[in-house]
Parts: sequence; C-alpha cells; structure tokens
Amino acid sequence: MEHYRQEIGALTMRWVKRLSREKFSMLFTLVQPMLFWLIFFGNLFQRAADTQVTQAPNYISFLAAGVVVMTVLNNGLAGGVDLLFDKENGFLERLMSTPIHRSSVILSRFLFVMTITSLQVLVILGVAFLFDVHPATGLLGVATILLIGMMFGVGLTAISMAMAFSVKSHGDFFSVLGFLSLPMIFLSSALVPLAAMPGWMSFLAKFNPMTWAIDAVRPLILSGWSEALPHVGMVVVVMLVFDALCLYGGAKAFRRAMG
Amino acid sequence: MDRAIAIDVSRLCKSYENHKAVDDISFQVYSGEIFGLLGPNGAGKSTTLRTLITLLHPTSGSAAVFGHDTVREADLVRTLIGYVPQERAIDRFLTGREHLELLGALYHLTKEEAVKRIDELLTLVELNAHADRPAKTYSGGMKRKLDIACGLLPNPKILFLDEPTLGLDVQSRLRIWEYVRMLKARGLTVVMTTNYLDEADQLCDRLAIIDGGKIKTLGSPAELKIALGGDIVSLTLKETDRTAGLEAALKHQPAITSVRTTDKGLDIRVESPEKALPAILESANRLGCSIEFIQYNRPRLDDVFIAHTGRAITESVPQAEST
Repeated sequence: MEHYRQEIGALTMRWVKRLSREKFSMLFTLVQPMLFWLIFFGNLFQRAADTQVTQAPNYISFLAAGVVVMTVLNNGLAGGVDLLFDKENGFLERLMSTPIHRSSVILSRFLFVMTITSLQVLVILGVAFLFDVHPATGLLGVATILLIGMMFGVGLTAISMAMAFSVKSHGDFFSVLGFLSLPMIFLSSALVPLAAMPGWMSFLAKFNPMTWAIDAVRPLILSGWSEALPHVGMVVVVMLVFDALCLYGGAKAFRRAMG
Repeated sequence: MDRAIAIDVSRLCKSYENHKAVDDISFQVYSGEIFGLLGPNGAGKSTTLRTLITLLHPTSGSAAVFGHDTVREADLVRTLIGYVPQERAIDRFLTGREHLELLGALYHLTKEEAVKRIDELLTLVELNAHADRPAKTYSGGMKRKLDIACGLLPNPKILFLDEPTLGLDVQSRLRIWEYVRMLKARGLTVVMTTNYLDEADQLCDRLAIIDGGKIKTLGSPAELKIALGGDIVSLTLKETDRTAGLEAALKHQPAITSVRTTDKGLDIRVESPEKALPAILESANRLGCSIEFIQYNRPRLDDVFIAHTGRAITESVPQAEST
C-alpha cells in the first residue's frame, strides 16, 4: 500500500511538472476555449434564444451548465493523449518494466485529469458568476456539480485511454477525437433543451450521457435543490453504468496492449 | 566450465494473428557475460527481449531470469532487471535528474537512497553538469547516456539494452561501448540486441544470430568465425605449372585444413595463420615456386551472418516486425 501511494504520487507529479513546464499550455489549459462558448456564444444568442424555450432568465445562465459539461467532455476525451505519446516514444514501456502495480500509470492519469477538469469547471463557474449567473444551490451545489463532472470524466478518460492503447498511430486518435466531440455536443441539451429540438435529434440526445449530466447540472445552477435532486439521483445511476462500461472497455484495451 | 545461468529461455514462441515473431527458440545467458541478439529488423530479437523483461507473455514456452518465471513471477523479475529501450524513451519536459527521481519512486527507493544513487549515476554517465536541464535540450548521445542511467537506477543484476547505439555518431557509440564493458567488469550481466555486426563482434562474449524468429547459430564471435572453416590464405603464383606440386606438399601440414586450386594459385584454409604461414613459405621455397602475392582473409561476422541466413544483414526482411 505504501509502495502504491509512492508510485501514484510520483507519476501524478510527473503530469503536474510537465504542465508547469509548458507555460503557454498551462495558461491555455485554464483559460481554455470553452470560455469562449460561454462568453461569446452566451452573449451572442442572448436575444436570439427564446427564454420561453430555454426556461432560464437569460441564455448565458442556460448555457453555463452546457459549457461546464462540455469542458468535462473535452478534457476527458483528450485525457489519454499523453499516454498515447508515452506509448509511442517508449516511455510507457520503461514505466511498465519497473515493479509498479499495473494500474498506477492509469490511476495517476485519472487523478491528474480530474483535478485539472475540476479547476477548469471552477474557472467557468467563476466567469459565469461575473455575468450574474449565481448557482441557486450555493457551494454545496458547486460541489455536486464537480462530483457529476468527475463521474462523467472518469468514463470519458477511460474511453480516451482505451483508444490511446488501441490505435496504430496518433493520427487515428485525433481523427476519432475530432469526429466524436461535436456530435456529442449538438446531440445533447448543451445548447438547446431537448423539448425544443427536432424529434430525431432529441431522440438521439436521450442516449447521450452528456444530456443526463447537463440536465442535472442545469437545475443546480438555475432552480434549486427540490428541482435538482431527482435529476442528480438519475445522473448518478446513469454515470455508474456509463463508467462501468467505459472502465471495462478501457481495462480490456490496456490488458491487450500490455500483455 | 560450469557457469551460473542468468537467463534460461526454453522453447519460446510468440505469435501474432498471422505470423510467428518468435518460433521455438531456446538459449541460456551466463551470469556476467555480454550476450547479443543479432539480426535484421523483424527477426524477432526485440520480441524476445520484451518477453524477457516481462512486457510480453509468451504464446508458448517460457523464459526465466535467475530462475524466476517472467510471467508467474513478473514482479520479482522486474526488481532484478534494468531496461534501456530502443526508442529514446525520454520525457522532454523533465530534467535528467527528474527522470531518475521518478524511476527511484517506481523502484520504491527511499529519498536518501535515491539521492545517493542518482548522484552516483549522474557522475558515472557524466551528466552531472546537465542534470537540471530539461531533456529536450540534450543531444542524442546525452539522451542515450540518460537512458542508460535510467536502466541502471534499480541497481540491476541484468541490464537489457535494445539497440543501444542505433542512430548515434561514432564518438557516442564508442562511449556507450566503453560503458557496457565497464558494467561487465563490475559483474553485471548484459543482454543487448543489435543489428550492427561490428558492435556484436566488439562487445559480445557470445551471441545468437536470429532470423525469421529462429536462432540460426549461437556462440562467441571467434567460435562462429572458426566454425566457417577458419582463416583463408590466398596465394597468387608467378608460374602456375607448379601449383599441383605445392598443393600436394601443403595438404598434410598440421596447421592447414584444406587446399584448393584457383585459377591464379591456391586458397589455403588454415587453423592458425601464425603456424601455417611459415610452413607455406618454406614449402614454396623448397619447390621453387615464386609467390607474386599473398592475401590473408580472416572471416568477418558478416560472413558468418551470410552463411547462416543466406543474405547480408542490410538486406530487408520479407516480414515486417510487429511490436
């Protein structure tokens, strides 16, 4: 157990050190493109979006939940990239030839991605706050949002790692990544509520775990506990299933690549 | 001579979907020797190496390191070995010292142990002055030195080097060879893959020539060369009318294995040129053959390789290597 902690600690610090060495990358990790969605898209559609449809005081407060979950999505899907590079340049092999627990490398990555994602979500909620979006459920609500984000993020990161271990080249990885992220966003309640979507889109969106996450985060920001709790309960169940599936697939890909 | 066995590979096979990367190979590595796996790309030497360092599971057969099975006792094996991968497995954002610190934690060293050993290793590979610069500023040779320091960090009993000098300039190559010899002098067992014949010749105590997933031959470089039939002395004679007489005279000399007539003179296979040459000259003198030209060829490892695989090492292999 002591050894396990030492391994995970050292491997996680490696990711932190890498990030801190790349000053630009660090800046853009925190002030990331998702903020543009909130600031520009949110304000741009202020008048175009019908408050009757969004059921929110203004579009930016409606969009905040979507942007939070989009951040989780992007971070999660990109979570395996560094392992992909480690695999390609042989660093992963070097790590795996040491007497570490086989899961340490992966766990350290989860830990790092979840921490960065949580920080980014906090930045987004902070910026939203500046645009007068005050979470109705207070700090406990913010903590719940982070928890939902992490539950979603674990599954996504597992998918990303599974892809990193399975793809032949990093070109493939980035093609799939670029292909996945936009439909995931459009086919969710991030930009428009399900009720206002064309029937076929809202039908597909119901199968998108992202929709469930957004539908729980949104009332936490807009309405209050009484409205949010049933959704939160629901998303926990959905995410447990989602994570279990993703982790199973991820573990399989990892074992295939390493065995 | 009875020597301790460091590695025992027995009937090892590793197949991928439609081809056998390693096809039923067996060999032993003795403790304290430098053992080479020589072969072209795709021959199966990297697959063999990766099995020994526990990263690949054999399809059938087994490999043991100091008596410990690489699959069942993988964790124990990992504490006994150091590995220097083929690629420059360097994190360009970390400094040299940070690489070693990370590995120190993965080998579960205490802070004090780690600091002491890292200092020793940085001195050994002469990277002290550059230890706190990010690895992206390192030259190819420096990265290789850091690689080797990383492989030595666990204080291993066996060091595995995968193509240690691939792509290095001549000076760095000689430096790496020096390190490897020094490690052997310290009692380390070294297993390396290479596709450089001169490297195998210079460095390895024994080597296995691998091609198409099979071991073609195994022995010390000298043994392998002798097995080809020894050195050849070629004589060019001024007058070829006395060739037959000279041939008859030489045939039964002790240090000479065989004599063959060529269109210019004779090709004489000899066991030891030191003994054979005086005998040849004396016979030629006695029979009044005047020699125009003497050429002396020692078989090179290239000749051994061609004899066993049917082609030169630089010629490409039909099958591409997967992992």
